[in-house]
Amino acid sequence: MLMRPMNPWEAIHQVREEMARLFDEMAPYLPMAERWGLRRAGAFPALNLWEDEQNIYAEAELPGLRMEDLEVYVVGNELTIKGERKDEFREKAGYHRRERGVGAFSRVLQLPAELDADRVEAVLKNGVLTITLPKAEKAKPRKVQVKALTK
Amino acid sequence: MANETVLNKRPEEATLVQTERTRSRPQFFPNVDIVENAEELLVLADMPGIKAEDVDINFENGTLTLHGKVADRQPENTNYLLREYEVGDFHRSFQVSEAIDAEKIYAEYHDGVLTLHLPKTEAVKPRKIAVKTK
Repeated sequence: MLMRPMNPWEAIHQVREEMARLFDEMAPYLPMAERWGLRRAGAFPALNLWEDEQNIYAEAELPGLRMEDLEVYVVGNELTIKGERKDEFREKAGYHRRERGVGAFSRVLQLPAELDADRVEAVLKNGVLTITLPKAEKAKPRKVQVKALTK
Repeated sequence: MANETVLNKRPEEATLVQTERTRSRPQFFPNVDIVENAEELLVLADMPGIKAEDVDINFENGTLTLHGKVADRQPENTNYLLREYEVGDFHRSFQVSEAIDAEKIYAEYHDGVLTLHLPKTEAVKPRKIAVKTK
């Protein structure tokens, strides 16, 4: 029998695929799977969050969405992002590849500070959603005057 | 949502990259849809956060290469409360086997999605043949 020359990348790739498949199958039985990062699908959309003294900022990449496809709510310290990406080419068959997911999503996030819900601003530009969430007055850091006691 | 996996960003596969880059910044595979109709091949690529002038599209010897330069949106020392994705350039290339009229390729960029139109050459477009009766 003729042997095929071995391609090391192919072998590694096969092992990786096999491991990924195994983890996907096991994930529902592993309560810790998510924390270990073994599950390939996380919450959508993925978020980056940072803050300064005045605001908390949330950013998500949402290509193909317009502002009217999105809803952003703030209640207390809870941020909700809801939306839907429409299927543009449903009627036109002839897909060679189809990797861009479509459908509705919703994500709720607890933020580490009380927010001033009336002044929340959301901007969607080139598929990047940036939400500016002003902190409530009482949540802002305050400089405390230290008084020296003199007798 | 059924398609969560594919909506999230994919880091480029080390095994598929033939040349190495000089910068050690993450680079991503944009997710694409490729649709074919009678006139053209349509490539839609999710490339959020780029500017239209920072997209580089190259079609040479049947290889289509997309590259989108992404500027950092936050300073490097940002202290993230939560960091679920990274920002980096988008890069991907395809072998296009269909006969494409390279002169007529054009692209649009809207809402973070790059749409590339690759018109087919006249020779391969379907033609309706009239049947003559005697």
